[in-house]
Amino acid sequence: MVQLTLPKNSQVKKGKAWPKPEGAENTRTFKVYRYDPDTGENPRWDTYQVDMDRCGPMVLDALFFIKNEIDSTLAFRRSCREGICGSCSMNIGGRNTIACTAAIDDYKGSVTISPLPHQPVIKDLIPDLTNFYAQLTSIKPYLQTTTPTPQGEWRQSIEDREKLDGLYECILCASCSTACPSYWWNSDKYLGPAALLQAYRWIADSRDEATGERLDDLEDPFKLYRCHTIMNCTNVCPKGLNPAKAIGHIKELLVERQG
Amino acid sequence: MSDFRTPLARVRGLGSAKSGTGHFIAQRVSAIALVVLMPLFLIKLAKNAGAGYAEAAAWVGSPLGAILTLLAMTAALYHMRLGLQVVIEDYIYRPATKAALLILNTFVAAGLWIAVLYSVLALAR
Repeated sequence: MVQLTLPKNSQVKKGKAWPKPEGAENTRTFKVYRYDPDTGENPRWDTYQVDMDRCGPMVLDALFFIKNEIDSTLAFRRSCREGICGSCSMNIGGRNTIACTAAIDDYKGSVTISPLPHQPVIKDLIPDLTNFYAQLTSIKPYLQTTTPTPQGEWRQSIEDREKLDGLYECILCASCSTACPSYWWNSDKYLGPAALLQAYRWIADSRDEATGERLDDLEDPFKLYRCHTIMNCTNVCPKGLNPAKAIGHIKELLVERQG
Repeated sequence: MSDFRTPLARVRGLGSAKSGTGHFIAQRVSAIALVVLMPLFLIKLAKNAGAGYAEAAAWVGSPLGAILTLLAMTAALYHMRLGLQVVIEDYIYRPATKAALLILNTFVAAGLWIAVLYSVLALAR
């Protein structure tokens, strides 16, 4: 839904500048988006000085340093800290990525951190991804078959298995979808790059027997065709995947079955 | 009004329209046509720059001129109609406004096309 006016309380105010940790000599500045739903106040930008001599190399390490040493009220999601769970996705230095694989040294000057754009914010760096997950559920991200399950396993050739490379690695961090302008305007109806890459992952799977139904469900001016090949998705993917290409393949198949 | 639908129900909405591929193909085919037709048409226009009404009218009225003008303008207006439809769908959310603009888009494109058709045929010999 396009909304040109900002909702109430969405203007981000200047926040608190936290003092330098005692004895710190080698510091980096982090400008972090803060929002507390309990106070009803506008969001704000807090600045923190992180002691780089006592902090790991990644942006997630800096967030841990802030939470453990400076301000325990900072809220963010994280789990595996090695780029496989997709929990710590956020906007760092103006780009969606996952904090655990983003090296602080790759950013110049102060590092700006905000939640994934254009999603409701629950608190600080935590966005509400309910709609995103529902979209994933809607594309039925699991093997669908009619043939009775074989005794052993559903067999797949090495060549067919290779067709899933570049698709199965997606960790559903939502960096791509929330970087897509088309998703910003129409996320209520457009499925977005992440869900569409997942959809193609099952369309491309030689073992799946619901390819036609999957294509039927996607053939829609909004669900699929809101993709205008802007390619922000591919540009930001922290796993180096190419959702735009996967969407292109879905469109190819839809054209192909026209005759 | 509270919305107690589940997130999945909201996402599924009214289901798939099972269309859109025709639009996708039409937009690309008209784009391919324009890649060929527009340079030819523009080169011819540029060559005629500074010519008087009589010369321009003679070219547009000639068999080659009339056919090239009609092909180029038909492809351009058709492509414009398809493209603007997508822009309106992208950015206009209010159903009534959206419907009105989509209808207006079709009417304007059709009107312009008929005007081109009439003008060229009027000059054709």
